[in-house]
Amino acid sequence: MNPLAGGFVLIRRDGQTYRPEKSAVIEESKRDQTLHVLNRLAFGPRPGDFERVSAIGPERYVQEQLHPESIAIPGDLSERVIEYRTLHMSPIALFVEYQRPIMAARRDAKAESEDKRAIKDATKDLRIQQRVVMREVVEARMMRAIEGPRQLQEVMTAFWFNHFNVFAGKGLDSIWTGAFEETAIRPHTLGKFRTILGATAHHPAMLFYLDNWQNTAPGSPGSKGKFEGINENYARELMELHTLGVNGGYSQADVIALAHILTGWGLPRGGGGGNRRPGMQGAGMGEVFPFMRRRRNFRRPGAAAVDPSGFYFDAERHDFSSKNFLGHEIEGGGMAEGEHALDILARSPATAKHLSFKLAQYFVAADPPKALVSRMAERYLATDGETRAVLETMFTSAEFWDPRYFGVKFKTPYEYVVSCVRATGAPVRNYRPLYGTMQILGMPLYGCQTPNGFANTQEAWLNPDAMMTRLSFATALGSGNLPLENPPFDEEAGGDGRRREPAAVPRKGVGKVNIRFDSGPRGPKMTPPDPAQLAATLGEYFSPSTANAVEAAPTQLRAPLILGSPEFMKR
Amino acid sequence: MKKDFQDTDACIACSPRPATALSRRAFLRRAAVLSASGIVLLSPHAWAARSLDGSSKGRLIVVFLRGAVDGLNVVVPHGESAYYDARPTIAIGRTGASDGAIDLDGYFGLHPALAPMEGQWRDGTLAFVHACGSPDPTRSHFDAQDFMESGTPGVKATQDGWLNRTLAVIPGTHGPTEALSLGPTVPRILSGKAPVANIALGRAAERPMPMDRPIIEAAFDRMYTGGDSISRAYRDGRQARMRLMSELTQDMTEANAGAPSPNGFSDDTDRLARLIGRDPSIRVAFMALGGWDTHVSEGAANGQLAGHLKPLGEGLASLAKSLGPSYQDTVILVISEFGRTMHENGNGGTDHGHGNVMWVMGGPVKGGRVYGRWLGLSPGSLYQERDLAVTTDFREPIAAVLRSHMQFSDAQIDRVFPGRPRSSGNVAGLIKV
Repeated sequence: MNPLAGGFVLIRRDGQTYRPEKSAVIEESKRDQTLHVLNRLAFGPRPGDFERVSAIGPERYVQEQLHPESIAIPGDLSERVIEYRTLHMSPIALFVEYQRPIMAARRDAKAESEDKRAIKDATKDLRIQQRVVMREVVEARMMRAIEGPRQLQEVMTAFWFNHFNVFAGKGLDSIWTGAFEETAIRPHTLGKFRTILGATAHHPAMLFYLDNWQNTAPGSPGSKGKFEGINENYARELMELHTLGVNGGYSQADVIALAHILTGWGLPRGGGGGNRRPGMQGAGMGEVFPFMRRRRNFRRPGAAAVDPSGFYFDAERHDFSSKNFLGHEIEGGGMAEGEHALDILARSPATAKHLSFKLAQYFVAADPPKALVSRMAERYLATDGETRAVLETMFTSAEFWDPRYFGVKFKTPYEYVVSCVRATGAPVRNYRPLYGTMQILGMPLYGCQTPNGFANTQEAWLNPDAMMTRLSFATALGSGNLPLENPPFDEEAGGDGRRREPAAVPRKGVGKVNIRFDSGPRGPKMTPPDPAQLAATLGEYFSPSTANAVEAAPTQLRAPLILGSPEFMKR
Repeated sequence: MKKDFQDTDACIACSPRPATALSRRAFLRRAAVLSASGIVLLSPHAWAARSLDGSSKGRLIVVFLRGAVDGLNVVVPHGESAYYDARPTIAIGRTGASDGAIDLDGYFGLHPALAPMEGQWRDGTLAFVHACGSPDPTRSHFDAQDFMESGTPGVKATQDGWLNRTLAVIPGTHGPTEALSLGPTVPRILSGKAPVANIALGRAAERPMPMDRPIIEAAFDRMYTGGDSISRAYRDGRQARMRLMSELTQDMTEANAGAPSPNGFSDDTDRLARLIGRDPSIRVAFMALGGWDTHVSEGAANGQLAGHLKPLGEGLASLAKSLGPSYQDTVILVISEFGRTMHENGNGGTDHGHGNVMWVMGGPVKGGRVYGRWLGLSPGSLYQERDLAVTTDFREPIAAVLRSHMQFSDAQIDRVFPGRPRSSGNVAGLIKV
């Protein structure tokens, strides 16, 4: 039951409350629908959103959001995104610029000394410099989620990233996660599922995260050292998590078959990519990933060339035999086998159902109506997996507009933090208090270790300690004490002019979070949000007990209370 | 000292700042307001009363040594010449030699830096399980810690941690402070359905949050009066924070003018002991210590590993003492994701290995014994001819603790460790019945 169904109270600009007349019921339902689309297709309203969507109507807003290309991005925002230089670099370029110098420094230091501590110290500055990559990714994601007008695309970017989760704390994914989201996820959020599935399957971040880069046919010419056998990790998750779902009708034999099909899908490495000539550094793949070097040149004719993204199919490690996969005979044909398998997976009714369930669970209810999920799955199969069409079926369904599902989804830490900042309209230069709070709440951005991603249900996120943290965050933000305007990091720190990069994503998914929910004696105070403006932004939608508590509170506590209200914990 | 024990991962945020004198005063004021407002805080007396009602309330504390501690230098097989051959510069000397191992049973000895724990060994409340660990072959810290915390080796999709499931399988509703995490976030091992309270390590534990200010609490209290789950979570959270912070405030008044002890870990264990002593509802607690990944310059009786073991041993011994009567109802486990190579490497350190030693301490423990199945250190008995083989699955001693100490049924244990291996009998008798 919607706890708000029993009636609500409006807070007027003067801070007084009144209860609406019955004649206002139609307007109420319109208002509720407006808030509903802003809460589900967007990360909650920003100042002005409620008025604008009220004016055009929620249905039109849905159509706009389904066609993000029709929504202009403010020039200022695109410029700031463009300024995140590393966000737009390819995995190979990132490796060359941020990983290779570390390896070179380590090599030089090793030549000079055997003391491993000295060797570690020699790379310390470079390792700190490398952190800029994840900081830029984190900031760009949050900036677009908070300010971007193409909100559904932001919601779907988060949704698909989580669906195809990679963990930025694992090795090279600390430089590749951003490129993964930028090229394998973001451009395909509303497109064909087969496209996003293929893009993630080829991306170095995924190949590395789920170990497929090591997946090797036993006894193949390339089978040696790190590459000595089958690694089922990606094959299993590809079916269990990315496509068919855990009860999607596949067997352990299918996992093994798929793993064999995907042997050789990996990264370029010494010798394997050929063209390793002097003077070709940077272009010659053998120099790009020397840590993967394993042996002398040996090349099977017909091996595919290196993809500019860093994908490399190593025919020498591939199992060229024919396979039986999910009842299909797949002829041994090198890389084409994998593409064929992805086709089969993307077209499966089990995939249609699994994806439809997840989408409906995100957008409608934790336990989504079965009939809706079925209709979405049908549309998926009818359109050969067009995400936009599936979403449209959902957004135009009676279930989506059923008021009993309004305001019932408990926000994840990401949704809560982003929606709070959106509601206040606070300008952000320093994102650390935001991603730090998400870490404290157990949802570090890009910090989910496990391939199944974060849950989006109340059961996963509602706990007593989390409530204290959320309300402390609300209080800090609502009273202007969260240092969002400070520079992102202390450029003078250390006195040597070096930029001190904090690690935006800790290696273990959890780190030493030390966010202060007050600006302290050093920090400048931000302008606290005006409570009446904040209430208006949120459609003045509060239960009587919330309204009474806000009314009874001193002025400076009203904004914190609104942001910390039970209504605002949900979407 | 303190720094060494924090998670070695980079700090994402501002440098830690000690609580100021002002904030302490603010705390005292707040505590006064609370007691004036009639909030009842449980006293040690309440604990005694609860104990007398006959219900057995076993308590479990888990200390995770992140980074893979070198178990062969913790509980040293000093009766094994292969050990000395394999470790020319980092072996712990034989018993009787200067800085030699403290003899345990004529074959195994304790690292001399752990001398503070000798008392627990002698009084029979400290045991070890050697050649213990995860059956999963991974040598990745990331995967191995994950498996040891989820309690499901080899299964990555497990969402919650076994220590949380330990609470969750106990029927009934759970109070806000039944699970306590010392550290800034809820770790994997404690994530899950049951509520978890956490306090920061070190002096950050005393740092106030806005929610600690009475005026803010009071305002939110008016908002969260309902019977819905969010309101209940809110009230549980408030209660937990109040209890924990009030205990810590009391600590500060008792501590001699706030001079921090040189041993950060002892501070944390003392804090934990006091919380447990005053709040009998704490059933499970967890803390993690980093800095064990000794690839380089591990040292022997002195050096890097010794420097980490010493405060750990002092902290655990002090925990045993300061728990007082509660020690009789407490089991403390010290675990680490895997052991290290038997041979020392070219840098005076050890690399990622496999089997390790688990420490089991507490009143209910039948200690003074090294449990497990020991195959020796000949090349043929090693795992992949390089590491101590795992002969006892890490879930087995924990299951014994759950069964005999926490009074769990087999069905409950199965829910904590789904798919656990059958008992090998290697740890029979570990916990007094």
